[in-house]
Amino acid sequence: MIDPRFVLLLSALLFALGVVGVLTRRGAITILMCVELMLNAGNLAFITFARSNGGPEAQIYVFFIMTLAAAEAAVGLAIVIALFRLRGTTDVDEINLLKW
Amino acid sequence: MERIAFCVLAVLVVASALVVVRHKNPVVAAVALAFNLVGVAGLYMVLHAQFVGLLQVIVYAGAIMVLILFVIMLLNLLEEAEPHPAGTFQRWLAPVAAAAFAVTIGSALWRSNPPAFPPVPEGFGTAASVGRELFTRFYYPFEAISLLLIVAMIGAVLLSKRRLP
Repeated sequence: MIDPRFVLLLSALLFALGVVGVLTRRGAITILMCVELMLNAGNLAFITFARSNGGPEAQIYVFFIMTLAAAEAAVGLAIVIALFRLRGTTDVDEINLLKW
Repeated sequence: MERIAFCVLAVLVVASALVVVRHKNPVVAAVALAFNLVGVAGLYMVLHAQFVGLLQVIVYAGAIMVLILFVIMLLNLLEEAEPHPAGTFQRWLAPVAAAAFAVTIGSALWRSNPPAFPPVPEGFGTAASVGRELFTRFYYPFEAISLLLIVAMIGAVLLSKRRLP
């Protein structure tokens, strides 16, 4: 039997790795990938609690989060394409139109 | 047996996550992310959530990864993979902040002390049990989320189609 706490620790570690990626990477697409990493860490925690609890609710939340991640990826990548057309780069340091 | 599978998958998942975070080439990072997603799907299987595990492979490792790789190749980002690294300040502070964050939520989760896994209930994690609940108790959220998908689809098409000045 696996101790549920180890799975929860693993999900915390994965989430933190995703945070490092979002904070240090400069390519917009890589940042999106790191966000997917963080969403996955959350899902893993949900499934752990579902297993502890024995009910189907948490699995349905994971289903919803997956749909959300798909929508996020589609819109995010469309924005990246539009940005690339406009500025010719996906470097987030170059994209500072909204910065004052 | 379960424990061995969990350890192997945990190592795979953490190693591939490190590659995603550190590797300069976005294509390598994307492939590592695919490994990571499949590894997490394996963890779902170890936790007996078969339906969610299969969904993870189909939706994440299939659809989303293809989309990401497609955009990387479309924009031909290989040369300007990482135009310049983040500033030194940011590069050193980010892991420290993330480590502090990991310790915080890790200790909170550890002390939440969830009950040990009970024996697998009848029908846990099957498409039948999840699907029944989805179309009865969670019917309205399900419809709302499908609406969200349509909105996202239309938005994506409009965003990438519009002629920019």
